[in-house]
Amino acid sequence: MLKRLASHGRVVLTLVAFAVLGAATPFLNDYLQSIITRSLVLAIMAMSLDILVGYTGFRSMGHGVYFALGAYSAAIMIGRMNVSNLLAVFGVGLGLSCVTALFLGLLAMRAVGVYFMMITLSFSMVMWGLVYRWHTVTGGDNGITGIIPPDAFGLSLQDSVLFFYFTFAIFMVCLGLLFLLVKSPFGKTLVGIRESEARMKMLGYNTWLHKYLAFVISGTFAGISGTLWAMLNRFIAPTDVELVTSVEALLMVALGGPATLVGPVIGAGVIMFLRYWVSTYIERWYMFLGITYIVTILYARGGIVGLAERLWFRKEEPGSSAPDRRVATSLTTLEGRKQS
Amino acid sequence: MRPRWLAAFAGIGFALAIGPGPARAAEEVRIGFIAPITGPFAQVAKDMVNGFDMYLEQVKHKMGPLTVKFIVEDNEGKPALAVAKAQKLIQRDKVHVFLGGLLAPTGYALAPVADQFKVPYISPAPAGEDQTQRKRTKYYARLSFTSAQCQHALGDWAYEQGFRKIVTVGADYAFGYESVSGFQAGFEARGGKIVAKVWPKLNTVDFGPYLPLIPRDVDAVYALMVGPMSLAYPKQFKAAGFKMPLLGGTTSADEFILPNMGDEAIGYITASHYSAALDTPKNHAFVKEFQQRYGKMASYYSEAAYTSAYYIHEALKQTGYDPDKTLAWLDKLRSLRVDAVRGPISLDQYANPVQNCYIRKVERVPGDRNNLGVKPDSLWNVVVKTYPEVSQFWKWKPEEFLKHPVYDKDYPPCNFCGK
Amino acid sequence: MTVFTLRNVIELSYNSLSYAALLFLLASGLSIIFGVMRIVNLAHAAFFLLGGYVALSVYRVLGTALWTLPVAMVIGGGVVAGLAVIIERFFLRRLGQDTMAQVLVTIGFAFIFFDTNILIWTGDNYMLHRPWPLDESTVIGGISFPRYRAFMIFAAVVVWAILYFVIERTRAGAIVRATVDDPQMARGIGINTNVVQMSIYGLGVFLSAMGGVVGGAFLGVSPGLDFLILPYAFAVVIIGGLGSLTGAVVGSIVVGFMENFGTALFPELSYFALFAPMAIILAVKPTGLFGRG
Repeated sequence: MLKRLASHGRVVLTLVAFAVLGAATPFLNDYLQSIITRSLVLAIMAMSLDILVGYTGFRSMGHGVYFALGAYSAAIMIGRMNVSNLLAVFGVGLGLSCVTALFLGLLAMRAVGVYFMMITLSFSMVMWGLVYRWHTVTGGDNGITGIIPPDAFGLSLQDSVLFFYFTFAIFMVCLGLLFLLVKSPFGKTLVGIRESEARMKMLGYNTWLHKYLAFVISGTFAGISGTLWAMLNRFIAPTDVELVTSVEALLMVALGGPATLVGPVIGAGVIMFLRYWVSTYIERWYMFLGITYIVTILYARGGIVGLAERLWFRKEEPGSSAPDRRVATSLTTLEGRKQS
Repeated sequence: MRPRWLAAFAGIGFALAIGPGPARAAEEVRIGFIAPITGPFAQVAKDMVNGFDMYLEQVKHKMGPLTVKFIVEDNEGKPALAVAKAQKLIQRDKVHVFLGGLLAPTGYALAPVADQFKVPYISPAPAGEDQTQRKRTKYYARLSFTSAQCQHALGDWAYEQGFRKIVTVGADYAFGYESVSGFQAGFEARGGKIVAKVWPKLNTVDFGPYLPLIPRDVDAVYALMVGPMSLAYPKQFKAAGFKMPLLGGTTSADEFILPNMGDEAIGYITASHYSAALDTPKNHAFVKEFQQRYGKMASYYSEAAYTSAYYIHEALKQTGYDPDKTLAWLDKLRSLRVDAVRGPISLDQYANPVQNCYIRKVERVPGDRNNLGVKPDSLWNVVVKTYPEVSQFWKWKPEEFLKHPVYDKDYPPCNFCGK
Repeated sequence: MTVFTLRNVIELSYNSLSYAALLFLLASGLSIIFGVMRIVNLAHAAFFLLGGYVALSVYRVLGTALWTLPVAMVIGGGVVAGLAVIIERFFLRRLGQDTMAQVLVTIGFAFIFFDTNILIWTGDNYMLHRPWPLDESTVIGGISFPRYRAFMIFAAVVVWAILYFVIERTRAGAIVRATVDDPQMARGIGINTNVVQMSIYGLGVFLSAMGGVVGGAFLGVSPGLDFLILPYAFAVVIIGGLGSLTGAVVGSIVVGFMENFGTALFPELSYFALFAPMAIILAVKPTGLFGRG
């Protein structure tokens, strides 16, 4: 009973927080607004990765692939072919990410643990090579300019406030859909597979299909993030889709808290804030970033959300703990042993 | 429990909302500079910022009655980050002008931001051809060079030396394509033949796969290298037994890389719009002071940043020191004729410099050359020929030149390859 | 597609072998670390580069006579290995077998080293010194063979021979093998597995950093080289199979030849020449060609 209440509390709290964000952002200064917009865009990628990393237990270093597909399809359609139909732009980005994930999933799902990481790493490298190499289509190193966001429902997305609300709306839809997904029986099964695939198999679940679908869904949503990113910067170049992009998405998940959905959003916000705001005052940015990685893992297991919850539950009801997350973090250990 | 969360959240939000936003002071000009301060290009960025800083130090941070507020931002070499930092400079710091970028993509990414916010962008390094050709933007001026500009001249020079068949080896990315194509166009316009093109991947440091592809029955090899590639290439080229002369582009032996090269570089002939070995009083003074301040040989990166500062100062001076009259002083800046460190410069109507191109030969000069304080027995890019007032269009009419597609891997086509 | 002459084939083979040798110096340590400790060491290439930078300072102090090369190799490898042992003791040991944590922590260290290098040695690009007899080329039948490439092959063969001997024939090797096969049993018979793990991490990093000293005179020493070569190190151990010395040898040779011949034959595909096959190998045999299940 208490648990249920706590869980509802979280939902309400999250909604209130986002409502405040949505209402307050237009009143913040322009630069801060743009950082928040950026954070929301990357938060979509981080959330989608969380489906795979947090809920299903597959650590992917290849999420940049779908981000790249979404971004480059938007860039080519708007910047080079002058398509002004927003729906078409998103549709193609989404479709491409989905189809690619359908294909790559067949390959990737054959590997587990560190080998899954490596195979997804090689996807990242291949994707980067493709956009870099195929310069007649992608503009190669020079990238594509002029990705001016087309109008949506008669509203000009060139206005930064309207673009924020556009991003915000898409973000909320993604959050809602992914929330329903993880609360659905399908989502519960994923968690079950993460905990013990053998048990779920015994219970008659087609675990491969579940994992595969999680992989595809996760990739598809990341495509949306890429499309928004290209329109936000009005520019895309191969440096945006390097391997580091995928690794940073992982960091966002770890920093915010895996298997929490909201955690990766917070993670994305923190990283973006550090990169775009704090870096102005720090010359040794890479040192700072490196320390962030290490501190996150060593001192914030379970991420910011996990940390907050631990503090929370210690005060409110001694003895009890946040059930889902605990398992999520300890599980990584199990899985590592299993394949060694 | 909830109020605690909310209070924290509101607190953070409030702190951010009232965050610093500078008040507009009437008597200052605010200049933003975006450079890859962190990341692999950290040192180049430092050279650029130092060049700009040196000018400001010389004028004691004053341009006429205006105090200069110089704000440096880091983009880690990433175009997307540069876009955000430009927005920060414009929206938070209210800069009157911003400069920066190193690689071509950053230049392409920044120019539209300038137009969007109607704040001028002056480019001291990015050399993408199209930025002053087919994809021009309004609030823009380039004070560096286009990739192909001086390579045209080198092609011309190579033909005059009696070379007829040349192989090109160029880094496999846009700057490489454009430089190689410029060389090819200049060389073939005279009647020379490029007989093979080899494209090592960007950042190749082991040229093992590429060296065997270079035919040995040619008169010279033209190599367009950047950064670490520039350092590794001449060594491996010589070690593989190649004896023919080695020519190169702007970055193949520039002063950023030259001090760390060895004897294998001696005799390397490259073309650029600048050389630290230029024997003009202005350049001597520049190289000497740069060496004194920063302990390094001045490079084209620092020269271009220095010259940009000088240019902005001149433009403001001639329009009455009102930085808010953006278009007025930007127009002035574009029409100035300046005697810069690198030689006389004026901008063409496409906002690209018309300037001298120097054909330079790497030599080890005994002792302290011209007493500038540079390390004794250093390598220098000694100027062997000057092509005066070279435009980005070389000897062609702009309209004619612009009808062609932008220089690329396949343009101009390699008509003599494999023959 | 290019048509090769015999000369091309000889040159390319020589270049492939020497590149493979360099890859082996880089990746053998990575493979050992994974094989024994199951640690995914994303800082591995950063250690390689750091070795090169340390050697740069060694040369500045000791000058550039022939004898300084082995000294630089030992000091470069040793200093970096010392650092690695500290990192293992205070950071990596706490992570257990959590691969994601390992990946993020080691990449965190890679970033820190990246920045420290710039802080200490500036972001200038350097080429490490090569002693005189290695800087020349030997001409046989009209073809120039750069001696430094031969030296890299020599260094790799020596390292392989020592590793093979130590692992297969010595007591230390037996302890390591026991720890790999059954850590609990090993602990039961009185082996201090913590010390074994720390030594193995130190050894793996020593190899990498020493490789950096050798490679620094060929590839140069410049910021960013670490992140550039890291994927190649992984390609080697993935293709060969993580945790197998023989696999590392085979992987190095396969990647060395694929990179050289593949790039020369199909330059357009050179960006995928390595990673597309790597993905396919993993999909077909998810533990790599010689990997232990």
